[in-house]
Amino acid sequence: MSVRSVPGSRWVIKGARVLNGDPADLYVDDGVLVDDAPANADVIDADGLIALPGLVDLHTHLREPGREDAETVETGTLAAALGGFTAVHAMANTDPVADVAGVVEQVWRLGQQAGHCDVHPVGAVTVGLAGERLAELGAMADSAARVRVFSDDGKCVHDPLLMRRALEYVKAFDGVVAQHAQDPRLTESAQMNEGEISGVLGLAGWPAVAEEAIIARDCLLAAHVGSRVHFCHVSTAGSVELVRWAKSKGWNVTAEVTPHHLLLTDDLVASYDPVYKVNPPLRTHQDVLALRNALADGTIDAVATDHAPHALEDKETEWAAAAFGMTGLETALSVVATAMVDTGLLDWAGVADRMSIRPADIGRLVRQGQPLIAGAPATFVLIDPAATWTVDASQSASRSRNTPFAGRELSARVISTFLRGAPTVVDGKPT
Amino acid sequence: MNRHLLSAGDLSRDDALLVLDTAADMDAALAGRSIKKLPTLRGRTVVNLFFEDSTRTRTSFEVAAKRLSADVINFSAKGSSLSKGESLKDTALTLEAMGSDAVVVRHSASGAPHRLATWIRGSVVNAGDGTHEHPTQALLDAYTMRRRTGRLEGLSVAIVGDVLHSRVARSNVLLLSTLGADVTVVAPPTLLPVGVGSWPCHISYDLDAVMPKSDVVMMLRVQHERMQGGFFPTTREYSRRYGLDARRMAALPDDAIVMHPGPMNRGVEIAAEVADSVRSTIVEQVANGVSVRMAVLYLLLGGLMEVDISDAAPVPHERGVA
Amino acid sequence: MTAAHSPDDATFRIGSDAASGSPRPTVGDPSVAHPVLEASDVQRALTRIAHEIVERNHGATDVVILGIPTRGVTLARRIAAKVGEIEGRPAPVGGLDVTMYRDDLRLRGVRPLEPTDIPPAGIDGRTVVLIDDVLFSGRTVRSALDALSDIGRPTAVQLAVLIDRGHRELPIRADYVGKNIPTSLTETVHVLLAEHDGRDGVLLGPADLSREASAAASEEARP
Repeated sequence: MSVRSVPGSRWVIKGARVLNGDPADLYVDDGVLVDDAPANADVIDADGLIALPGLVDLHTHLREPGREDAETVETGTLAAALGGFTAVHAMANTDPVADVAGVVEQVWRLGQQAGHCDVHPVGAVTVGLAGERLAELGAMADSAARVRVFSDDGKCVHDPLLMRRALEYVKAFDGVVAQHAQDPRLTESAQMNEGEISGVLGLAGWPAVAEEAIIARDCLLAAHVGSRVHFCHVSTAGSVELVRWAKSKGWNVTAEVTPHHLLLTDDLVASYDPVYKVNPPLRTHQDVLALRNALADGTIDAVATDHAPHALEDKETEWAAAAFGMTGLETALSVVATAMVDTGLLDWAGVADRMSIRPADIGRLVRQGQPLIAGAPATFVLIDPAATWTVDASQSASRSRNTPFAGRELSARVISTFLRGAPTVVDGKPT
Repeated sequence: MNRHLLSAGDLSRDDALLVLDTAADMDAALAGRSIKKLPTLRGRTVVNLFFEDSTRTRTSFEVAAKRLSADVINFSAKGSSLSKGESLKDTALTLEAMGSDAVVVRHSASGAPHRLATWIRGSVVNAGDGTHEHPTQALLDAYTMRRRTGRLEGLSVAIVGDVLHSRVARSNVLLLSTLGADVTVVAPPTLLPVGVGSWPCHISYDLDAVMPKSDVVMMLRVQHERMQGGFFPTTREYSRRYGLDARRMAALPDDAIVMHPGPMNRGVEIAAEVADSVRSTIVEQVANGVSVRMAVLYLLLGGLMEVDISDAAPVPHERGVA
Repeated sequence: MTAAHSPDDATFRIGSDAASGSPRPTVGDPSVAHPVLEASDVQRALTRIAHEIVERNHGATDVVILGIPTRGVTLARRIAAKVGEIEGRPAPVGGLDVTMYRDDLRLRGVRPLEPTDIPPAGIDGRTVVLIDDVLFSGRTVRSALDALSDIGRPTAVQLAVLIDRGHRELPIRADYVGKNIPTSLTETVHVLLAEHDGRDGVLLGPADLSREASAAASEEARP
């Protein structure tokens, strides 16, 4: 099918199962879903496919500006669309850092130009991610990029007083601080999860408590000042317990988990292949099970990719010298299907909730994560739930190749992605 | 035994004994001879690739390779641009292009030899990687223990000191447990890794309690940076609680031996009179290191071409090996 | 010495006759190998060689008898004992391992070392008689000559073998031969000795015995 469409096109999606419900036709006219089939529409046969609202990623590294050799807004958002995403939050740790209105607007405009999905820049909490003084959070919120999520991701806002101030300050524009929970002193030169395997491999350990101590502190801080707080990539069973406890108190706490922490464990590090080097590190089987259960019961609100592309030379090194991070946009939905749907922990409506509706709400995105009913934006993804496929890193649309899933067989596959009535991906290929 | 020697844990019991027996044969073959050289590895190239300074280990491998008539290239990378991570692969490809048959690598990063082994066709021998392993040190230690005590099975070995950061300790625990020894690691709790409970050894914080039942006491070097790192209050307190002095040595069984991989901090983990006592095997360990490394190089390199040959058309009288 | 021999590890193959202790496969199945020397023939051949050594060297005063492991050492001990009977005093005897001097490591892979055992008086200024079971290509003997030269400087080196089966690849000949047996390259010579095999004898068989059996059965497998 060769269709190059622009908003305003008319579509009939025949026989799609919305949230895995009964087959029904979806009608698209002028960027929104409508009740009746529009005249002169293009028809897509969606027999056997599931329709979900377009996926929303709270945590993407697009690397532009600064490391265009690893990823650009163009390549990263194309990978996102192929993965079923219609919106991504672009993390602030670029070069220059996205800590002023100028940088976030630049990233936002690059996203608009690329057109593969919405790009919502994340603003840095502190100037230069240095953890010393607040960046101009209000200016970024008021900019064209309308920043609502602020994060020093890659670094922890470690100073408790600074964190308190940030939590309080963003209330003025309904923003949220997304904390990268990692006590720096407890993780000095840390290389992998601290446990049996780190001891055997002689790699400096990264204790779970370094994450959990910050989460506990920030839950208490958020409750004290009456702010909401979001935790990036929680990775341990203990973190899950703390978030569960904070939610039971009625505090405004949300959390995300990455696909890789739902599937991979620290024993993979025994190969010393830095494709498995990531921050926070791969944890134990027990942690993986706790994270899956927490995502299933809603303790963890969202799946976020932490897509972290790296140039080959930053990964083809000895372990200690390699960069932290894994790509994830193109595999996220399939990993979640494999880890959560195949195991019976989550149904497809649950997947829509954790990968679209809730992340859109956390990011305060009004045009994303909407139910697929008449009047809503025609922003959705069609998924073949019966497909299985083997990940081939060389086929990635990302500029980088550091996927830990290479060679793995995963379930379910994104077939088509629509952003406000315009297809960004059709039949698994970019339009 | 694999093509590479990366971890003592990769050695089966038979592999390990074969190395020790071959080392003994090497010793015997050269004993009392004026010409301490064998032609076995003539025409092979062994590269000593040292990203960290270690004169004693590098020299030991160099002597071992030269006694087997291999060509030796010393590639010292410390301080140059090569110490940056990006170029480990380039270095590997360079060595490959020069036709090296074996690379003996010392690196400050745990797992660097494993990475190297994925990039080159020759054998890789781990001569110490970060805080991970140092398998030939463990082999020479086991060899020394067997020569001195006559056995390894059931031998009680205490490994004392900075187990957390010690590649010598890791390799020894793995190898000695494979060979049936009864190993106890002794250290302040701050210098034991979190997962040590799953290691094939006992754990103790009390050196005095372990001494009377030890046939071998192996003292580990305390690195200077640990003294600054807050792992113990003062060097004096460490020495008092975990150092081996003449008083503690007296608590050992009569025929017990004292080992140290070197270089020693006399007066910190080991007192001078202990290091110089008749129980000490420290000088012997150095000599045994050459024999063990000869055995390793011989066993890894001697048959490197076999895979290629097995694919070739059979020669009529080429049958078996005797 | 224990041979590590994992069948799935082609890159590190130790000779399957592993020096000592390993069980030897049964050889000499009459259906595939036929005797060319009986036990009494072996005895006679060794006795004759012993006499020839004494005769050629005008006694055995300066003679050192060195066997090439493993069957060569056994033969060396027997011949030395016979020389001792003739001369009235024991002849110095030992073993000379040539493994580290072989030129075929690349072709055949590593093998365990055998002990080298030189009599205390050494070999300088003496006549060394090398003993092997089968002389074939001559390469083992060449290795032995190299090994000897690293140990000392004998006045002369002589060679005694139980079987000379021909097919030399080097200009080497034996000074004392138990029996010349013309063979085809497709045949295998099995030397059996009571100390190793429970009985003495020499069998000639086709080469299609299993690789392990032929390797284990005969020194001849090291051409």
